[in-house]
Amino acid sequence: MKNKYSIFSLIKNAFSGHENWQRAWRDPEPKKEYDTVIIGGGGHGLATAYYLAKKHKMTNIAVVEKGWIGGGNTGRNTTIIRSNYLWDASAGLYDHALKIWEGLSQELNYNVMFSQRGVMNLAHNLQDVRDLKRRTHANRLNGIDAVWLNTEEVKKFCPIINTSPNIRYPVLGGTLQKRAGTARHDAVAWGYARGADEMGVDIIQNCEVKGIKRNGDKVEGIETTKGFIKTKKIGVVAAGHSSVIANMAGIRLPLESKPLQALVSEPVKPIIDTVVMSNAVHAYVSQSDKGELVIGAGTDSYVSYTQKGSHNIVEETLRAILELYPIFSRMKMLRQWGGIVDICPDASPIISKTQVKGLYFNCGWGTGGFKATPGSGDLFAHTIANDEPHKLNAAFNLNRFVSGDLVDEHGAAAVAH
Amino acid sequence: MFIINCPYCGERDQTEFSCGGEAHIERPKQPTELSDDQWAEYLFMRKNIKGVQFERWNHIHGCRKWFNVVRDTSNDKIHAVYKMGERPPVK
Repeated sequence: MKNKYSIFSLIKNAFSGHENWQRAWRDPEPKKEYDTVIIGGGGHGLATAYYLAKKHKMTNIAVVEKGWIGGGNTGRNTTIIRSNYLWDASAGLYDHALKIWEGLSQELNYNVMFSQRGVMNLAHNLQDVRDLKRRTHANRLNGIDAVWLNTEEVKKFCPIINTSPNIRYPVLGGTLQKRAGTARHDAVAWGYARGADEMGVDIIQNCEVKGIKRNGDKVEGIETTKGFIKTKKIGVVAAGHSSVIANMAGIRLPLESKPLQALVSEPVKPIIDTVVMSNAVHAYVSQSDKGELVIGAGTDSYVSYTQKGSHNIVEETLRAILELYPIFSRMKMLRQWGGIVDICPDASPIISKTQVKGLYFNCGWGTGGFKATPGSGDLFAHTIANDEPHKLNAAFNLNRFVSGDLVDEHGAAAVAH
Repeated sequence: MFIINCPYCGERDQTEFSCGGEAHIERPKQPTELSDDQWAEYLFMRKNIKGVQFERWNHIHGCRKWFNVVRDTSNDKIHAVYKMGERPPVK
């Protein structure tokens, strides 16, 4: 490794005032031709490039990104990682990712600050209780750790929650996945970028894709703001802009892109040492290592690419947060932002070939893609390299919308994403 | 967040409305003769345009009538509003 990070390199660089660190990845101009081009330099795209190079020995590849890497949804999410999904297909997919997360910092030689602080999902009505208990059983049958907590146990696990029976949506219990938690989102993009770059992957930033050149039923290359790049395989990992790229290639996707909002408070001393999610009142909260409360809100109900989101959505979330955590009533919110998420009708992702030869899509992660980053990259790399899906992402093909074999996490799980 | 000019009630805040998604998707005239591909197209596939899009809205907290809106999804600016059954304005 050209410049391995360790306690010794940290000490050595401290003596020179941290001014002699090497840059972590190059800034190359695009070559005329690559074996594979990945469109989208977020966590999923960079992870795809990393695993293509590492596991499939494909090193003549480029990642093209219209802005800077990790500047899209990778840097805009609330960094929650968990795998407690209801259906077998989803459980397999998300737990595959969680297992990679557990060793990722070592593998990348980059501290992604993965913290298994647990994720608790609250139940506020009898149907929530039934659904969440059912999900706990389903998780355990799939080998995923999950426990049901009653109201007292919820209070014990997270003492600042208001468990009074007199609030509008009282806490009737919750589920806990202890292996779940959070990670530092920027570090994930940077770590994968550094690892991929080292194996020869060209990461080309500020390079927007303007068109996809097709010859009949196969791809020939991409038009970009830095010229034409010839390639036989294109992996699209463009999140909210997946439909825009699909339109360029002349195919249709079952996606709608909507703004999803998050916000952070002023930093305070440690007050909440886990992640608490509540689907029924749509509020979830954790605390970053800097001390900010990280709060996730909902999506707007209409298609928009504005990266803002509506004020009423934030209001609804903060109302719920205040009722559940009265202690936060005087906290000031510092920043609010939106990211454009591409949502599938069944709230499950697409990691799939398309009817166009050499064109692959990894999209539809909707409101919950961050947690899957390593697994998504691994499985998408497998799909591109072999022109066949891995058994873990076989169910997440585009054809499920024709066959009707949906992975309906929307209707089934009552799980916020 | 924006203001919508309901063709029946006038200008109201967007929170009074509910978005019904892409407009002018025609219900199949002979559903029994559709292939699986055609059903997928009708049920699931969407244009999801970044730019000017035609969509249906319902004034759910007002007159509860459906109508069409032409909106630019890249900046949320509304270009036109027209009633159900009226011809869409040319882009």
